[in-house]
Amino acid sequence: MPNIIEADDLTKTYNEIVAVSHIRFSVKKGEIFGFLGPNGAGKTTTMRMIECVSPRTSGALRVFDMDPDINPAGIKQRIGVVPQETNLDPDFTCAGNLLTYARYFDIPPAEAERRVENLLAFVALTEKRNTAIDKLSGGMKRRLILARALINNPDLLILDEPTIGLDPQARHLIWDRLKLLRAQGNTIVLTTHYLDEAARLCDRLVIMDHGTFLVEGTPADLVRDHVGNEIIEMDNTPEVTACLAELGVPYESLGDQVQVATDVSRELAKTLLDRCTASRVSTRPATLEDVFLKLTGRTLRE
Amino acid sequence: MPSIWSFPRITRRAGKVWQRNLDVFFKTWKVNFFPPFIEALLYLTAIGLGIGTYVGAIDGVPYIDYIAPAVLAISVMNSAFFECTYGSYVRMYYQKSFDAIIATPLSIEDVIAGELLWGATRSVISVTIMLPVLAVFGVISLPFSLLAMPLAFLGGLTFAGLAMCFTAITPSIETLNYPSFLLITPMMLFSGTFFPLSILPAILQYVALAIFPLTHLVALMRMATLPSAGALLPLNIAWIVVATIIFCIISINLMRRRLIV
Repeated sequence: MPNIIEADDLTKTYNEIVAVSHIRFSVKKGEIFGFLGPNGAGKTTTMRMIECVSPRTSGALRVFDMDPDINPAGIKQRIGVVPQETNLDPDFTCAGNLLTYARYFDIPPAEAERRVENLLAFVALTEKRNTAIDKLSGGMKRRLILARALINNPDLLILDEPTIGLDPQARHLIWDRLKLLRAQGNTIVLTTHYLDEAARLCDRLVIMDHGTFLVEGTPADLVRDHVGNEIIEMDNTPEVTACLAELGVPYESLGDQVQVATDVSRELAKTLLDRCTASRVSTRPATLEDVFLKLTGRTLRE
Repeated sequence: MPSIWSFPRITRRAGKVWQRNLDVFFKTWKVNFFPPFIEALLYLTAIGLGIGTYVGAIDGVPYIDYIAPAVLAISVMNSAFFECTYGSYVRMYYQKSFDAIIATPLSIEDVIAGELLWGATRSVISVTIMLPVLAVFGVISLPFSLLAMPLAFLGGLTFAGLAMCFTAITPSIETLNYPSFLLITPMMLFSGTFFPLSILPAILQYVALAIFPLTHLVALMRMATLPSAGALLPLNIAWIVVATIIFCIISINLMRRRLIV
């Protein structure tokens, strides 16, 4: 059984600007695969190529073992898309949006009606069935878009920033639904800026920047390989940094604090407390965010 | 990247976009049905009866009968043109509806073809609402005037295609005002609508025949409603058919160029 997505040497340029540069990845059936990266890293461009709405410049891309250039309708029939931008149809109600969308997939009306009721329940919007789109909150709109993406029972679900701008309740609801979908055997590809979201959901992920992959792996492996198990944080004072330099411990200065990545936090924290005149020494587990910032730097992106 | 002359691959799925627009139209049918009805009434009384009193007849045709087909043709033009400029632009740019639809098995070619068909359908709807009003005034002859409906579809498609070319290249919704005022308004006045082309200087007559689709549509409508076949019938039909094909093909290719990057 071939992989759901196979990309090799995939490249996309817009008027000389390289958005995605020679990336190679594959997505297996039943996994949640994440694309992380700062703004402008090329995540959305990659999603759009998989969705068959943006033709690739060069390289190979196969989705369900079909070529997006040759059989876009065949691929699109089997994928569900949650775009970054909310593009629900304001001329219809919640149910109207789903029914109209069902027609684009050639779903017979009776079957569409049945799926719409199920999906509205799935995203907890049954009571908003006949509500106009502009009366929905941001979280409701994102949930409705998720329901819309599922109308054709897709074999592959593609989500571009699925929980952007949502409150914690709405984010948790979406996460629960995505986990449920994976449990049912769906394959999911998503992009996100939220590293806790990626750590929670993704079986495997890549961190992208400037159109290329920096690393690929499981969230736990990436943290262990690139940062270590734990982070020690101290106040950024001349005494502390001088002491760290003297001990030969590598550290990073970040504004008013100093961070030390380590696998032996207890011993090191004790040494630091004893030797350096630090007013505060705290330890915490290393996260994907530490990996992300280490690899992509702290410079603000457009 | 295909050229703007390449023949677009359109599937029957275009009908789903047409259906979507029809559904929205019928949701608000009360506001949509009145304008053509009122428009026909206003034109016939103000220009037909009012100005007509002074004009009397043109080429032996009572003035109100003379302008009746022009009222139909102008409505065909306006319905399709404004549907496929402002209407399509709002759906494309503000509502992001085209983006949402091309994430399904529909292609951008299907979407634009559906929009063009819908623009032409708006023209047919307008003419269908206006015909009974004209019949009650007794200014058109039946059953020949029923040809106005297929003519409305053909002419509607011409103006839909022309409109979609502008929509594909306009930087913003405001700049769509240029074709509206610089093309549609002059066309409404100088296409043999309210007075015969023959009273214009020769050069303007040629311009009207060469570049105004409305000239040909008015001529054909007038042949249907009087009824009386004109000398230029083959030219009128050929011009409209060729222009429609060219406008529709170019507009779909320009739209793909704008939206598929």
